[in-house]
Parts: sequence; structure tokens; C-alpha cells
Amino acid sequence: MTNPTTTTATEESVLLDSDTAVETDSVVTPRHHLLDLDDLSATEITELLDSAEGMLEITNRDIRKTPALRGKTIITMFFENSTRTRVSFEQAGKILGADVINVTASASSVSKGESLLNTVKTLQAMQIDALVVRHPHSGAPYFISNHTDAAVVNAGDGTHAHPTQSLLDLFTVRNHVGDMEGKKIAIVGDVLYSRVARSDILAFQKMGAEVTVSCPNTLIPDEWRLGSTLGEETGFGGLKLAKTVDEAVDSADVVMALRIQQERQDAGHLPSLREYSDRWGINSKRMALANDGALLMHPGPMNEGVEIASDVAHGAQSVVEEQVRNGVAVRMAVLYTLCAPGKFTRIGNGDED
Amino acid sequence: MAARKLAITGGRVIDPAQGIDRVADVLISNGKIEEVTESSSGTAPEGYEVLDASGKIVSPGFVDLHTHLRDPGQEWKETIVTGTRAAAHGGFTTISAMPNTDPVQDSAAVVDDVMRRSAADGVVRVLPIGAISIGQKGKQLAPMGELADSGVIGFSDDGNPVSDANLMRQALSYSAELGLPIINHAEDKKIGAGGVMSAGAVATRLGLAGVPAEAETVMVARDLHLADLTKARVHIPHISTVGSLVALQSAKECGVDVTAEVTPHHLTLNDEWVFGLKGEVPDTIGSEAYDTNTKVNPPLRSRADVEAVIDALGEGLIDIIATDHAPHADTDKVCTYNEAAHGINVLETAFSSVFQLVDPGKLSIVRLIESLTAGPAKILRKDLGSLKKGFSADVAIIDPGSKWVVDPTLFESKSVNSPLAGLELEGRVVTTIYQGETVFDLSPVAEAGAKQ
Repeated sequence: MTNPTTTTATEESVLLDSDTAVETDSVVTPRHHLLDLDDLSATEITELLDSAEGMLEITNRDIRKTPALRGKTIITMFFENSTRTRVSFEQAGKILGADVINVTASASSVSKGESLLNTVKTLQAMQIDALVVRHPHSGAPYFISNHTDAAVVNAGDGTHAHPTQSLLDLFTVRNHVGDMEGKKIAIVGDVLYSRVARSDILAFQKMGAEVTVSCPNTLIPDEWRLGSTLGEETGFGGLKLAKTVDEAVDSADVVMALRIQQERQDAGHLPSLREYSDRWGINSKRMALANDGALLMHPGPMNEGVEIASDVAHGAQSVVEEQVRNGVAVRMAVLYTLCAPGKFTRIGNGDED
Repeated sequence: MAARKLAITGGRVIDPAQGIDRVADVLISNGKIEEVTESSSGTAPEGYEVLDASGKIVSPGFVDLHTHLRDPGQEWKETIVTGTRAAAHGGFTTISAMPNTDPVQDSAAVVDDVMRRSAADGVVRVLPIGAISIGQKGKQLAPMGELADSGVIGFSDDGNPVSDANLMRQALSYSAELGLPIINHAEDKKIGAGGVMSAGAVATRLGLAGVPAEAETVMVARDLHLADLTKARVHIPHISTVGSLVALQSAKECGVDVTAEVTPHHLTLNDEWVFGLKGEVPDTIGSEAYDTNTKVNPPLRSRADVEAVIDALGEGLIDIIATDHAPHADTDKVCTYNEAAHGINVLETAFSSVFQLVDPGKLSIVRLIESLTAGPAKILRKDLGSLKKGFSADVAIIDPGSKWVVDPTLFESKSVNSPLAGLELEGRVVTTIYQGETVFDLSPVAEAGAKQ
């Protein structure tokens, strides 16, 4: 992430209304891209979330518009289908005054067989400021970042990471529970294929929360189950595996259900979605095991009746729609941090805290 | 050419086929080995050109049983000309052309074409390998008798495992009569389908789909049982898992006619290399991660697998080293990890990379050279890989102290897909002699300035 270390208050006030709480004495290390959360410290994450608070206020105004990124061009490049993430980034960029251009694989030269490298070079030649990338291949945003001067934002790559989803999840939880230190987060579902799970495990653990995962053996990396390689070196150290979903949910502060796809059943990971729903689905009975007032989250899109029962999905504990709303504010904070004038030039000249 | 008389003097001659490891002179005339002297005289006999090898190791030219020359069909990646030059740079005087060309080497016509052009344009010897099945499709046996008559040294659908167990059984049975080995790429494609690297903590962290080691192990075990059933010769290419080694050990003890090879990369690199930091595990994933030059099949395995194949090579359980030289163009490697083609460019780094195991005592230099010379020659059942009198004068001269940094842009190979780029290695082949002629000599290029 790139963020100001020396930006003056004067600059800020020109860019944003004075009541917008964008930090002016940030300790966030200047970075060029947001590819994963592994290189952000808890302090840096907190700052981004603080910045998102101000952004959230802007999104609640009658006239949702600031000139902060006026004259900046942001391209969203989605090689996978998406509704909420793409629209969320587009709206975030537009509220900040940037020109946002949406490119999808099916309606671009990619469908004519143009390579990712040449697509990136083509966009690079148009002098863009940020590239928001969704790609089915893990690591694609890293590849792209090696071939463009633009700031690259990972909007989900394969089964690797979905950093802005995790930031919005943190933001949502923080707004309800405050400090996350020692809070118990239960993640239930398809961990093997879930970039959201990977990023959330990293994110919540960084913020001091305790993460427990529950899912069928077929949907978890083998080495996690063997317990021998939950090492710090892979970034997932400290993670707990629950034997049953009830054990995971028991006295949790947050319960997160992950999307289960039909393909998992077809590929033999699951006997049936029905059995999954029975054994791992989040329903009111299971939510009752969690702490009073525990939050129910889902990154969407939901398969109601499979991984999450309809009544709890839309019940009092559900913050699913709030997650979506917060997504815009968090992405505004990310885009602002990476693209705001006077910030973009100070890339990589700082040290980690 | 044939009249050249050459004396390679004063080097440490290591010829495992003859049990030679001594400082001696190697005399060559008419393209053949004339003699390895009892000791070094320090001078050459009258009329011999002298090549001073003092301080160097003199080895038989290396023999590779597993090379992808890409010719015909993918000449933008490699050709017989560039591939054989790359071989010469790596000390190889005999290489074996895998049949996954386009068209596939599944008929005498294609094999004859490769052999004819290799003889005309190649700078070292090329031995062709025939396909097991028509088009390497795993459906119908290739004309193995016709291919054998054309001179193939074995059969392989390399890259494509023979997944049909019965076809494998028939191939083994049929080849038993021909006396040639079946070289099956052992991989059950359904286990870990879609995987692009070895399953494990690194794959999980990078979000790359992992292939478990068992995808290889189960097919190795199957093939060994089928070889026992058919009493055929089976050669296991690029063996890479602990489980495969257990199966291999058991089969050898039961008298199965099996040999196995390991690649330089499976001996020296593990899955942590996919982070792009030459084996270092970073705290955070960096821009160098997802290094597509580490994508290879079988994938780079765990540390435990690497240690196990080193030990197995040292003990002789694994018979030989073979390169699986697999050149790929930038369009196949400058892309996402999922999109990238499998394969590593190996010929020019093979000896040096494995030689790094010698100094720490993990592998002896004699065993290393044996696994590149006498070992493969024995599998070929040909008069190669030794400095015996009358053998083709194929020699690799190694400077064990020469330090160099791998720079693929300087490769003779047409492609640059090496994960070792930028790595400093100690020890390298400095001269290669094929049939008495110098086909590679480092000194005029790299040491031109230092010569005076």
C-alpha cells in the first residue's frame, strides 16, 4: 500500500472536505500496490480502517462526490464474473472523482486471445493510475504489477487472496465489537478453494483475533489437517481447526459462512449439498451456540439453504448487507491511499514499522 | 577430422565404468579413445596435440536419456542445432530425443527424419525415443517393432502418462520382446487434477492448486507391478517422491528389471523455490513470487523428497541423472503460473547444479559422474559413457573451481527458462570433445582476455 508519510494537512484539505477523517500523519509504509495483506502491519491496517470511517461518512451524504481523485484514471479489469466487488470498486472510484473504466475479459481483446502481458502493456500505454484486477489465476496481480507503473489492487486472484474483502470484513467487525484482540472468529466452509478464507485468516489473526476453521476434510489443505505445517512461515500459524462446526461456532464472536459451489459436489469433494447443509450449514440452532450478539457474515454471493439458512442470513445477527455497504468505503480508502496526488511518487521509500 | 591426435594431459581422470580415478593422460586418435595412461607423463607423445587438463577433472562425455529437442514442430523453442549445442555446453555428448514432437515420433518416418537431421546438423549424438502410443494419445500402441528397427532406444509418451493400465501392460509385454525399456511418465492425472505445483504449505500460501506426491507414487507402483507381470524392462523417468522410492526399492529387491532417473532440479530445488527467492521462504509474498520457471512436471517437491532422492542416487537405488531438458519460449513462461508451460531448461546447468552437492558431502564426485556416464550407457546397452579403448572419443572436462553466474541469455539453447538465473555456481564443464573433436570450449569466449 502506498500511503502518505509526509503529506501535509494543507494538501489534504484541498483534496477532501475537512470533515473527512483521512489521516495526515500516517505510519503506513509507502507501497505501490495492494496484492495481499501479508505485508501490512496491524497498525497499517488500522489506519486504512480509520480512513474508511471517513469514507463511509462520504457515502452517507446526499451528494456522494469528492474531488480527491479528480483527473485520475482507474481501470477495473475483471477476468472473472463479479457483481459486488466490481460495482463496489467502480462506485468507490467514482465517489472519489476518478474516471473509472471497466474492462471485462469477455468484452475485451482477451476474448480474441490477447495475452495478459499484452493486455496490461496496452492499458499501461494509456497512462492509467490504478488497475483493479480480478483474475482466476492466483498470482496474476503480482504478474501484472511487474509490468505496469499503475497501482495494482488485487480484487481477488484465484484461491490466493482477496485483500479488500478482508479489509471490509475487519471494518464491519470493528464497527460492532471494537478491538478485535482475543475475539473468536469461526470460519466455516470451503477453505481449500476460498481466497476470502485465506485473506481473512491472515487479517483477523493480524488484528489479534483467534480464528477457528471448520469444514469437511475434503475442503481443507491436507497439511493443515496433519497439523505439522501450520507454521508461521506460510502466514497461517496459530490457526485452529475444529473437529465439528458446533465446536467452531461455540462461543464465537463472529461466524462466517463461506460459499459452497455446486462444482465441489461434482468434483467429489462432497456427497451432496444436502449433506453439507446438514453437517456444516449455519442455521439458527448453530448460531445459538455462539456468543450473544455474535455477528453472522458471508462474503457473498450466498447459497441460501446450503451454507447458510435463509432465516439467519436475513436475521438480526446478519451483517451481510452491511459488509457490502462497507465495501465501498473500504475500497475508497484503498484507492485514495494508492492514487491520491502527491502520494503516488513516494513508492517504496519507507521501512516497515 | 578423424586424423586428429589429441592428448588430454595431467587431469584427474574419472571413468567409473573402468573404476578409474587417477591423474592420467587420455590419448585420442581417429575419433576414438586410444588409452588412459597409468599416470600422467606430463608430456604428450610425438605428433599429439596437447590439451592441458591439470587441475581439472576429465570425464567421459555425459549421456542424457531425457531431452526435449522440440524439433520438429516447435522450432521456436529449440532445434536439433541449438539443443545439441546446449548439450555440448553442458558436457553432454549423447542425448536422447523425447518423442513429444509435432508430428510425434511414433513412426519410422519421423524417427528417421530426426536421426538424419541430427547426424547432419547436430554437434553431438542424438538417440531417438519412440512413442508408446500413436500420437501419444494412450489409445493404441505405436508400431514399436518398426520404431525399434529405426533405432529408438526406448518408448515413452513423456508428458502424457499411459493412464490405461491395460495399454501399459501390453506396451511392456510387447517391448519385452524388443528388449527396450518403457519410460512412462508416472502421474495419475486425476489425483490433484488442475494442480500446478506440489501440494503443501507453499501451494496453500500462494493459493496454487497442489498435486500430491501420491499422484506419482501410485503410478510408479502400478508400473512396477506390471513390469513384474510382463518381465519387461521399465525405466522410471524423473522420479521425485519418497513413496516412489519405497516402491522402487521393493521392486528391485523382487528382481523387477527396473532402472530410474532423477533430474538435476529434483535433486537441488524444492517447492519453496516457487516463492521466487531461490529457495528462501519470505515473510511476505513478493513481486518475484509465482516464478514460472519453477513450474515443471513432476513439480518441485518438498525438502524431504529432495533429501530422499539425493540419498537414493548416492546409494544407487536411483540409477542415473537425466536432465528432462524442456525449453520453452517466453510466451509460455511470461504469464501467470497457471498458464505457464511445464519444463525447465537444464542441459547447460545440469552438471554444475548437481555438483553443488559434492562439496557438502551429499554426493561423491565419482557417483555423480557415474550417474551421467556409465549409468545411462548401461541402460542403453551401448559402448558409450566410458574412456575404454576403442570407444568414441567423447570427453567432458570439468573445472571444479570455476565460479560462474547462471545467465540464461548466454545459453546456447534457444530458450531461457531457468529458475537458476542469477545463481552463482562453482564448478563447470569447460571443454567438451565429441568423436575426438572439440565441440565446446569455454576458454576462447570467457577467458579470452585473461589468456595472455
